[in-house]
Amino acid sequence: MSLTDSHQLANENRISAGRQLLQRLHLDLPLLIALLVLAVIGGFVLYSASDRGTDMLIRHALRLLIGFVIMVGIAQLQPDTIRHWSPWLYALGLILLLAVLAFGQSGGGAQRWLDFGLFRFQPSEIMKLAVPMMLAWYLCITAIPPSPKRLLVALLLLIIPTLLIARQPDLGTALLIASAGFFVLFLAGLRWSFIVGALVALTASTPLVWNTLLRDYQRQRVLTFLNPELEPLGSGYHIIQSTIAIGSGGIHGKGWLNGTQAHLDFLPERSTDFIFAVYSEEFGLLGVLLLLFFYAVLIARGLMIATQAQDTYSRLLAGSITLTFFIYVLVNIGMVSGLMPVVGVPLPLISYGGTSIVTLMAGFGILMSIQTHRRLIST
Amino acid sequence: MPRNTRPALKDNLRETALFNRRLLVAGIGVAILMAILISRMFYLQVINQAHFSTLSENNRVNLLPIPPTRGLIYDRNGIVLAQNQPSFTLTLVPEHIPDLDATLARLQDLIQLTEADIERFHRYRRQKRRFEGIPLRFRLTDEEVARISVDQYRLPGVEIKAELARHYPLGKLASHAIGYVGRISENELDDINTANYSATTHIGKVGVERYYEDQLHGEVGYQRVETNAQGRILRVLERTLPKPGKNLYLNLDSRLQKIAEESFQEENGALIAMDPTNGAVLALASMPTYDPNLFVNGIDSASYRELTSSIARPLFNRALRGQYPPGSTLKPFLGLASLETEALRPDHEINCRGWYKLKNDERRYRDWKEEGHGKTDLSKAITESCDVYFYELSFELGIDNIHKYMSRFGLGKRTGIDIRGEMPGLLPSREWKRRTRNQPWFHGETLITGIGQGFMLTTPLQLASITATLSQRGQRQTPRMLYAIQDASTNEFNVQDSKPLEPIQDIEQDHWQTVIKAMRDVIHGRTGTARGIGYGMQYEAAGKTGTSQVFGIAQGEEYVEEDIAKRLRDHGLFISFAPVDDPRIVVAVIVENGGSGSSSAAPIARKIMDHYLLNQDPPHEPD
Repeated sequence: MSLTDSHQLANENRISAGRQLLQRLHLDLPLLIALLVLAVIGGFVLYSASDRGTDMLIRHALRLLIGFVIMVGIAQLQPDTIRHWSPWLYALGLILLLAVLAFGQSGGGAQRWLDFGLFRFQPSEIMKLAVPMMLAWYLCITAIPPSPKRLLVALLLLIIPTLLIARQPDLGTALLIASAGFFVLFLAGLRWSFIVGALVALTASTPLVWNTLLRDYQRQRVLTFLNPELEPLGSGYHIIQSTIAIGSGGIHGKGWLNGTQAHLDFLPERSTDFIFAVYSEEFGLLGVLLLLFFYAVLIARGLMIATQAQDTYSRLLAGSITLTFFIYVLVNIGMVSGLMPVVGVPLPLISYGGTSIVTLMAGFGILMSIQTHRRLIST
Repeated sequence: MPRNTRPALKDNLRETALFNRRLLVAGIGVAILMAILISRMFYLQVINQAHFSTLSENNRVNLLPIPPTRGLIYDRNGIVLAQNQPSFTLTLVPEHIPDLDATLARLQDLIQLTEADIERFHRYRRQKRRFEGIPLRFRLTDEEVARISVDQYRLPGVEIKAELARHYPLGKLASHAIGYVGRISENELDDINTANYSATTHIGKVGVERYYEDQLHGEVGYQRVETNAQGRILRVLERTLPKPGKNLYLNLDSRLQKIAEESFQEENGALIAMDPTNGAVLALASMPTYDPNLFVNGIDSASYRELTSSIARPLFNRALRGQYPPGSTLKPFLGLASLETEALRPDHEINCRGWYKLKNDERRYRDWKEEGHGKTDLSKAITESCDVYFYELSFELGIDNIHKYMSRFGLGKRTGIDIRGEMPGLLPSREWKRRTRNQPWFHGETLITGIGQGFMLTTPLQLASITATLSQRGQRQTPRMLYAIQDASTNEFNVQDSKPLEPIQDIEQDHWQTVIKAMRDVIHGRTGTARGIGYGMQYEAAGKTGTSQVFGIAQGEEYVEEDIAKRLRDHGLFISFAPVDDPRIVVAVIVENGGSGSSSAAPIARKIMDHYLLNQDPPHEPD
């Protein structure tokens, strides 16, 4: 054996040793790298968006850390265990949602939180994971595609929490939960005729939804989206200022900490829902492409995990979690760049904010659990 | 919870195939939507980058005007008449104030706010837009600034602005000449270059401040500033400094002015002192006077009412706008006209018995001296102010000649002094009477015109101006306030040369001499009407007294017995110049209801001439 060969072998050994360590910790390397890169990018943007405020950055890092611990913890669980707990988690979430309805804390005109003294808790966050888990669990009792009767029950399981959350009102979360549930149904082979039919029905019922379900401010948001100049200093102001921020960033951006839109207070909610505008102003199109690349890595890896999963439950859940993650990205960037009405959805891993980061990390924990607990067929 | 049973009928391969197909569709969907997001970014950041950059720049950068510093006004000796004082103004921006009444109440606790302040605030509020600052209190003391600053965090929309405020250190002195500045009114906005005044709050309202507004104002500067979304200035990117207004040096001698104003004591009236060689106005007094500082930031209605309702009319500029019958002060000028036209021979004598009668007219035109002057020639008629002689002279001269010669001196027309609002007086003529009254001219009217009564009206300024012309033997000058202009940035000092008017040429030197000699005797002669001021005079002066009748009471004025008694008395007038051989000063004085000119007006003129000719300092030129 030559010297180079032994080097190569040592290297391979080292690599496989690393892989083994990751495998033992039940962590997925591509997911982990993309998550860390996005977290670092998020830190830089948040520092800029908060006008070099370290307080916010520290709190953000702390939440990321909590989320990371939860992710690692969940990754240790067997997918079977997760599946086993699905209906229970769903039931718990539903009870908490009803509790919010009864005793919830009001904040900003919405009733979303339960106050436990030490911390405030938003039960709708549980449902972001509990709904796809429940649907996957329910559909996997029998074979997929589901029978019409099962489909009906599944729809009911989806619609009840969605409506409860939409009533709070929290349109963004309701949208994410409805998407998560829908993706489970879709991946389980929901018939195209049904999907098309539902779309037609939804369009037809738009006036009804408009008149009964939506609150005034939500209607206003949609109207403003359709014509931001309608209210340039009111709700249209957000969209106008954020498109100016994005557009003026150009290809290279104005440079980190140099975004005038952000730093001169023209951008509202610039550290939370509109942080993408800060990022695109300062880092330009190149920065946006970099960000989207790492999101794409996460999504691609998630979809890959879904195809490689060994049982239908895991596939449905992994697929749904990954696609819902994409919905976050799509809706947030879509609304900040004026493609969609303003709906309160954070930019995953970048936006400063509450419980959503913990939920997201928990979702990645599930993905890792599914990926790392496969009984490798090759071995 | 149901037991997790794996259904027996599950076909794992088929399920996997179904799932993978669906996942592929989803993946393609993700790819398409990603592409849409990227193309949106491309559209915003590449295709429309220039557009959004402009919008962003507009967001960021504002062009703010900087007001120029107003030029200062000095007198001829370099004494400051109008200056700029740093001053703190309490300003409210209604747009940022949630509850105006509460804010006002809170401010009331911190500093003294008068009703007048609040009234003025509401008046400005109606004129301004919501996002503009509206002044509430001017000239805050340091303590008041401190009190407000401490509480400022509780007072959104309340700002303290540091400004330069116009201040007139001499107060009431010469206010009719200097004038004052005040806040720009709606009407004035139409006449000014709004760009140049974009940062200016005050404008000259009357007097020199108004006339030389263009010189005093200067040119606006600009700064490009970065602002945040609330419009607060964060930093200055670029600055074009304003050009300060020019400093004015007036011909006015503030010490002479002070003596003039004090000489009036409680009397109303006006005084003009001029240098006859160049028209320089050395003193311009209109009594009573007022404090121009009251007007700078908007006078409160109580003070304004007091000024406007005062029977003495302190705001009325008598020197330029007061139109009085000139009385006997006109006699030397009529004497000149007579000599020139040979209406009467210079040695023509009359026998004055105290009255005059026209042929075919029963009316007796009386002399002021009941017993008459006896044998009187032109010189004596001027020296002793014989009315009878001038009745005859006027009759021989005729109204047409009177009008012609008096016009040459400039009566009936504005002198053109560099202060606005001057009145033209009234020089009657046949044509004028036909035009305005549709009546022919009567001989009797010529007689009373000849002693400066009747229709004839002159302003004190006109009297000074014609006296200057007489003293210079026909050389005419426009009365001028301005002596020199100084560029505030380069200190370059430009003396403004006077531009003499067309002289009166067709009067013989002997005739000037005759009249001036007679006027000299008014003061220095044994029988002169103003001999009272001639005692101990260290120079030779020439003068002429006048007394003009006050007719009735103007309409709409209240009848107050003691006022009326005083107000029915004659106006006392006096014109004079000195030294006789080389006149350097002309003084015209009118004392309203002062009685005879010799006792009321002449002593004032003497004080002025004494000061100017005996203690005069040369005009001061700054280095």
